[in-house]
Amino acid sequence: MLIGRVVGNVVSTQKNVKLEGSKLLLVQPLDLAGEPRGTPVLAIDGVDAGPGDRVLLVQEGRAAQLVLGLGTAAVDAAVIGVVDAVEQSD
Amino acid sequence: MFLARVVGTVVASRKDDGLVGTKLLVIQPLRPDRTASGPPLVAVDSVGAGVSEEVFYVRGREASFPFLPAEVPTDAAIIGIVDHWNVG
Repeated sequence: MLIGRVVGNVVSTQKNVKLEGSKLLLVQPLDLAGEPRGTPVLAIDGVDAGPGDRVLLVQEGRAAQLVLGLGTAAVDAAVIGVVDAVEQSD
Repeated sequence: MFLARVVGTVVASRKDDGLVGTKLLVIQPLRPDRTASGPPLVAVDSVGAGVSEEVFYVRGREASFPFLPAEVPTDAAIIGIVDHWNVG
């Protein structure tokens, strides 16, 4: 899992049938310093997250499919938590 | 999944039987500000996308799922055409 920040959402009318009704978030992965890391990812929202939220992001098909709850589906990323705090030891 | 723009098509007469009848598109992954993110790749289309459209695609094993029960040997599939996205 990665920690990321929700930076937006995507609207798509014409899409895979199993994605109908699910919210698609744009999530910017972050490093532990909170700086952007790589390209923003489109993820299924499993926890009703919104723009600005710091979230837990999975980038693995099986996990994303469990969030969707529809068996095999063409998804490879999901938001599975809203992060309250991260503590780091030095 | 990632955002991308369709930038071309691929024609392959000799190919794996599982790819027969599929549409192969060249896509350029995008950041939300529409700048390119990494090199282009070839993806199988599952939603009727065309050149210049903004789409999103899935990578890995899951890329073959839109075509079930057909077994399409692909590692990338376009699964949606983007109407728009909002940032901020």
